[in-house]
Amino acid sequence: MELVSRLLAGDAAALARAITLVECDPPSPRDLLAAIYPYAGKARVVGITGPPGVGKSTLVDQLATAFRQTHAEVGVLAVDPSSPFTGGAILGDRVRMVRSSADPGIFIRSLATRGQLGGLSQATANAIRLMDAAGRGLILVETVGAGQAEVDIMNHAHTVLVVLAPGLGDDVQAIKAGILEIGHVFAVNKADRDGADRTSSELEAMLEMAPDRAAGGWRPPVVRTVARDGRGIPELVQKLDEHWDRRQPELGAWQRRQAAAELAELVGAMARSRLQDWAVKSGRWEEVLDAIVGRRLDPQRGAETLVSHYLNCRPGEDQGSKTGGRIGRRKDA
Amino acid sequence: MDRIIRVMVAKPGLDSHDRGAKVVARAYRDAGMEVVYTGLHQTPEQIADGAVQEDVDVLAVSILSGAHSVLLPRIISRLRERGGTCRVLAGGVIPEEDVPGLLEAGVARVFGPGSRLDAIVDFTRELVRSRV
Ligand SMILES: Nc1nc2c(ncn2[C@@H]2O[C@H](COP(=O)(O)OP(=O)(O)OP(=O)(O)O)[C@@H](O)[C@H]2O)c(=O)[nH]1
Ligand SMILES: [Mg+2]
Repeated sequence: MELVSRLLAGDAAALARAITLVECDPPSPRDLLAAIYPYAGKARVVGITGPPGVGKSTLVDQLATAFRQTHAEVGVLAVDPSSPFTGGAILGDRVRMVRSSADPGIFIRSLATRGQLGGLSQATANAIRLMDAAGRGLILVETVGAGQAEVDIMNHAHTVLVVLAPGLGDDVQAIKAGILEIGHVFAVNKADRDGADRTSSELEAMLEMAPDRAAGGWRPPVVRTVARDGRGIPELVQKLDEHWDRRQPELGAWQRRQAAAELAELVGAMARSRLQDWAVKSGRWEEVLDAIVGRRLDPQRGAETLVSHYLNCRPGEDQGSKTGGRIGRRKDA
Repeated sequence: MDRIIRVMVAKPGLDSHDRGAKVVARAYRDAGMEVVYTGLHQTPEQIADGAVQEDVDVLAVSILSGAHSVLLPRIISRLRERGGTCRVLAGGVIPEEDVPGLLEAGVARVFGPGSRLDAIVDFTRELVRSRV
């Protein structure tokens, strides 16, 4: 594919088009992801999350610019929610990324959540992979820490930066517990505002109580920043770098865990849809459903019946077309 | 399922307000499109490179400052140079006599100050549909 070779050469338009293609659910050309996969896995990924309006995008703008001193090519993915009513979205993170958008070494892409539940995390993972294969050595991913889907995205980051700010109208305690647990580094942004001291000390107290995380007993540091004028950014970059360095020894194990989780997720989804298709087409789905509704079979045994029928019947039905065909194709490719 | 249309709404130059651009952005969103909004004071390079990175179908440029005949051709030539294939619309305060020159430069259509939002949205949708 011409698109693949242009992408691997670092062409921005090719990378952009490839992201559009994998953003669809399901990602349309599976070959595209297969072709770039061997070239990904090199990039360092930093996730940035936190409540709405705390200054994440402004901070990303600062961080992207700062990381350009050590990385020739930086990628930014900014995820914003789609409207549940119209499916549309206003993706406004670029408004705060003034310096980064003027730097040709920084590639910024805005993604909408598109109401995909598990799919969002997969779509983001694929977009990260494309940027990675296109040579973006450092990738920053911004999401609003609003729901589980957004938090799940952070699983794809080597380092998670949680951003808070004073004067959000609630205590640190009131902020979703889930978001604090995933943070490796914390920024209390808008430190030029009243209340930054209180927010920092509350946060530090909470983190004191939390058990050490990851190998090596990493204690999440709290850094005060003013993203608007750049104060605290060098300190923040230093903490992010320290965490990255600390992760090195267990990076291989981490990658394997990530791959296992993704594989389990994909196998689950694939097995489910194939099995259900087969059950519906063969009429067994309705048969079992009748039995369940008629109280002749309980749902648990009903499911077992379908799964074991599928496993027993399937080999004769589609071995040639699915299993055999795929392995054969792989070899010529 | 229809592919979701992506639009960038951009404000180049020295304009000091973006009320109109925001209204258009919201109309696109309400029509089910994804709208990348750039904010004020963007350079032609920022806009063109951004439209490439965001792989939008349509770039809608709003200009009130009167510099449209300079800015739009610069945006479009940078866009094409970088491999961007999106169509370009212009809106804002643009005198009738400047329109032919802009169309010549590659602008698909110019929407003046009195334009109806649904006309802009419908035209945008048609433009994407006809592009295939
Ligand atoms: N006072 C002050 N304001 C800031 C600072 N950083 C960002 N802001 C302002 O806070 C507002 C929100 O900034 P964003 O960067 O858009 O925040 P965000 O967290 O990305 O917002 P969402 O993506 O909408 O959740 C803007 O008006 C910024 O100018 C800061 O350090 N100090
Ligand atoms: Mg933001």
